[in-house]
Amino acid sequence: MKRIFAVALLALGLYAGAASAQTTLRIGLAEDPDILDPTLARTYVGRIVFASLCDKLVDISPGLDIVPQLATEWQWVDDNKGLVMKLRQGVKFHDGELMDAAAVKFSLERHLNMPGSNRKGEISALKSIEIIDDHTVKLVLDKPFAPLLAQLSDRAGMIVSPKAAQAAGDKFGEHPVCAGPFKFTERVAQDRIVLDRFADYWNKDAIHFDRVIFLPIPDSTVRLSNVQSGQLDLIERLAATDLDLARKDARLKVDAITSLAYNGITINLNNGDRAKNPLGQDKRVREALELSIDRAALNQVVFNGEFTPGNQWQAPPSPWYVKDMPVPAPDVTKAKALLAAAGVTHPSFTMMVPTNPETLRAAQVIQSMAAEAGFDIKIQATEFASSLDLAVKGDYEAYLIGWSGRTDPDGNIYNFVACKAPPALNTGHYCNADADAQLDAGRTAGTQTDRMAAYGKLAAIILADRPIINLWHQKWLYAMGTKLTGFTPYPDGLIRPQGIALQ
Amino acid sequence: MTAEPIDTVLLDADSGEAPWQRALRHLVKRRTAIFGLGMVVFFVALAILAPLVSPYDPQTTNWAAVRKPPSMLHPFGTDEIGRDVLARIIWGARASLAAGLVSVSLALAAGVPTGLVAGYMGGFVDGLLMRMIDAMLAVPFLILAIALAAFLGPSLVNAMIAIGVSQTPIFARLTRGQVLSVKHEEYIEAARAIGNPHYRIVLRHILPNIIPPLLVQATLAAAAAIIAEAALSFLGLGEQPPDPSWGSMLNTAKNFISQAPWMAVWPGAAIFTLVLSLNLFGDGLRDALDPRRG
Amino acid sequence: MTAFLVRRIALIVPTLFFVSLLIFGLQRLLPGDPALAMAGEDRDPAVVAFLREKYHLDAPLPERYWLWIKGIAEGDFGESIRIKRPVRDLIFEKLPVTGELAGLAMLVALLIGIPAGIIAAVKHDTVIDYGATMAALWGISIPNFWLGILMILLFSVTLGWLPASGFVTPAESLKQNLLTLIMPAFVLGNAIAAVMMRHTRSAMLQVLGSDYVRTARAKGLSQSRVVLHHALRNSLIPVVTLGALEFGTLLSSAVLTEQVFTIPGFGKLIVDAVFNRDYAVVQGVVLCTALAYILLNFFADIAYAVINPRLRA
Repeated sequence: MKRIFAVALLALGLYAGAASAQTTLRIGLAEDPDILDPTLARTYVGRIVFASLCDKLVDISPGLDIVPQLATEWQWVDDNKGLVMKLRQGVKFHDGELMDAAAVKFSLERHLNMPGSNRKGEISALKSIEIIDDHTVKLVLDKPFAPLLAQLSDRAGMIVSPKAAQAAGDKFGEHPVCAGPFKFTERVAQDRIVLDRFADYWNKDAIHFDRVIFLPIPDSTVRLSNVQSGQLDLIERLAATDLDLARKDARLKVDAITSLAYNGITINLNNGDRAKNPLGQDKRVREALELSIDRAALNQVVFNGEFTPGNQWQAPPSPWYVKDMPVPAPDVTKAKALLAAAGVTHPSFTMMVPTNPETLRAAQVIQSMAAEAGFDIKIQATEFASSLDLAVKGDYEAYLIGWSGRTDPDGNIYNFVACKAPPALNTGHYCNADADAQLDAGRTAGTQTDRMAAYGKLAAIILADRPIINLWHQKWLYAMGTKLTGFTPYPDGLIRPQGIALQ
Repeated sequence: MTAEPIDTVLLDADSGEAPWQRALRHLVKRRTAIFGLGMVVFFVALAILAPLVSPYDPQTTNWAAVRKPPSMLHPFGTDEIGRDVLARIIWGARASLAAGLVSVSLALAAGVPTGLVAGYMGGFVDGLLMRMIDAMLAVPFLILAIALAAFLGPSLVNAMIAIGVSQTPIFARLTRGQVLSVKHEEYIEAARAIGNPHYRIVLRHILPNIIPPLLVQATLAAAAAIIAEAALSFLGLGEQPPDPSWGSMLNTAKNFISQAPWMAVWPGAAIFTLVLSLNLFGDGLRDALDPRRG
Repeated sequence: MTAFLVRRIALIVPTLFFVSLLIFGLQRLLPGDPALAMAGEDRDPAVVAFLREKYHLDAPLPERYWLWIKGIAEGDFGESIRIKRPVRDLIFEKLPVTGELAGLAMLVALLIGIPAGIIAAVKHDTVIDYGATMAALWGISIPNFWLGILMILLFSVTLGWLPASGFVTPAESLKQNLLTLIMPAFVLGNAIAAVMMRHTRSAMLQVLGSDYVRTARAKGLSQSRVVLHHALRNSLIPVVTLGALEFGTLLSSAVLTEQVFTIPGFGKLIVDAVFNRDYAVVQGVVLCTALAYILLNFFADIAYAVINPRLRA
């Protein structure tokens, strides 16, 4: 109770004192973030807050290249089993402590060892972290793991102040102390997260405003209303069907970028009794399903043509897209022929769909399209939390679900089709030894060319077996007030404050 | 959902006119009640005659006609995947009326016997039952409905069950109150004196006399149930697409208000009209059954 | 009077016990594994196992019930799995918000409902009666989330007079605080206005037809004087105590209103917690609202008993 009062006083004081020339950026989020501890955090929307709060070892460029942030150079050594990273000098944490190799070692070990850590799986390839000198670390792996740098460009690479983390223990998330451009001021659950400019940020010239407030507003229409009325400066995840409206509104600017995410139909191939149906057992039926769906029309009807149709775990514009396996055109005749060959002209199955307006719309369109080839799809709208549970238990036949996407292509495919993948992600229990071999090759190969070769072979297998029928890749859509300049969209959808200014 | 007590209505058995005749006379005089009843009958007819009256199939999609404004071809316009809105309004009447009817029937079936038993038997049984009923009333109605609907899974049937269960305590309490006020009347005492078994007293002597306030509450509860179905649909827990219900149509339409306002206007107007009519009729009924009006 | 009070207080205990059973039972019925839901997108099995262990999700039901009750007795309502904060803190943070919203809504309800009820009673069975009735009834006939969205569109987006959503505490800025609450309070209060109108109307009719008032009129007092001085005063008492009972309805409707206007109050907290399977939060919040409802009922009963000694029997 006293703490709340103190925070209110602080807020009042800040408000009164800073009322003069303080510039505040107000950002509308589509959900309320969860714990603001990089080790424990689990939501996509939390990463948007982290982009302003916690810097990481490396970052990505809009073209998905790895660029320096807290680390300035790096080099693979020991046959790609070691990564030597040189750290930036003079970086301070929000509590004034200096960042050094010991802090990096501490943070990475925290990600690996803290009970309940959500990062452990991401960097489990790390065997140990050695301190070479005050500003150089060596990450030691037991076998090559190409996606490592990409993992370090996200939460697993976020460095926290050892002093603050040790003092707070698992309450660190209530008042995180990192090395980002803004420091934590206040959080009211489901209402707002307030961050204030960190005066000693190493890249302070790139920061042009004093305070950022994140406001979670789940309803997309209300979120848009807020930016139209000027109460917010920028919103993320503008609804595709609102894009036209926003473009025509003189008070707003819009921006868009194809995301790393994908959406598709996951099919239960081998998880329990419900896999024993034509769809799960016969790949001709799955091929027929894919051929009956007109992805371009789906995109047009549900998303006003704004999103990107796709067929792989990477979007067509991505450098990791397998170019010689493009998005197939629909072919209802061939679909019917396949079904006849498979001996089941009117296959019937239930498609589990999370209760999300856009997904439900897409489901209805899919249902209608597939009906032309003879499919009888029943839509089972299920609350998200329940659907996860059912999927893991194998109590489903088809599941219309997406994945928010990872910088490295491995993050978009390995955990969903590998034999050894966690059953919570590979819910269809797909297992193919040849595919596994290519997945591992993709992980351990040293150059992009070699990795692409492996992924090309992988696509040939996966796109024929169809454990997942990928349908579309959403675009991250933003709406902002006309006074906001310097915003750059990134494929991971995160809002990076560097460069943004309010006139 | 309201927890208001309804004044004891004991029909006077001494006046010359039969009680229901007097009630009917009062009812007819009150024009808003008649209007309400008329509208309800209209919607019921619409729901029953849907296959004959509806211009299109409510689930036929048409990619070329997505979100088209009202026109000769589609008097109410089309929705976000090209279905005719008028057809969906007509067919959706079934879902909304069912929401009112089924929920209330469930609440009556569960609540009235509970209230009868509690009121008639008194003592420990009464105390126990009433504490449980109070507990259910203490949890906000919509929360109870949300939790139940989430447990059962999102669908219209489950929403109706959830709403029905949430409305049960109100009927239980009302019934009990009525039973308590009638229990010591002379004619009940007389029936007991003759040696009538308890169940006969309850069913033949008590129950008929407490029907009027139950009827009033049922009408008002049906109105609340229809609104509750819309509320659950708003949260994604009611009727699921592609089946039409006014609540889920509103839920979808809320994200298209600027682009396609007709998608929202018609279901909103339909809910409003039906619920208002039920409320007007219920209020009129209560007035008409009030024994204080000569 | 003392015996009555003691008896009434004694009844609270078993009711609360049943409430706790009901809440606990409901939560356990919810399908879906909270550990899985909370484990994050990567659904790391190690994390799932850790969460199951930490929050005793594998313990048998009676043990979990007992752990919960014991915690409450010690003042520990548990922790939100989603954001790792004590439920008690969340309750203290959100309660004033919903409280303020409910209070303002009540004000709106009284301001609309009571005059409408008076007019309807005095001009009984005339067109004015019908008009006032409709004006009050439209509030419960329109889904309040619907009304809310329409108002946002009109007053925020088109006219720009009011903020579209969000909440500002009175400590930060009283003006902003009231601005953010005007629309939600109106939407919420509308529904209750109908109930207020009904009660005022029937109470007024009852009083107007009573001997007491007929005598006053016979004595020559004008209609309006009679209405204002005698009828109103006597009929307001049951109406206001009924306002206390409507608290439950207010809280129900607040759930949706807070969703639409993104007001960080109790209602929003609980809906999100149900969907996130954040057990401790749901249990704690519902228990609090149930307690508040029971207490309000208790005071209303006392008020009735004080006014009408016959009810103490």
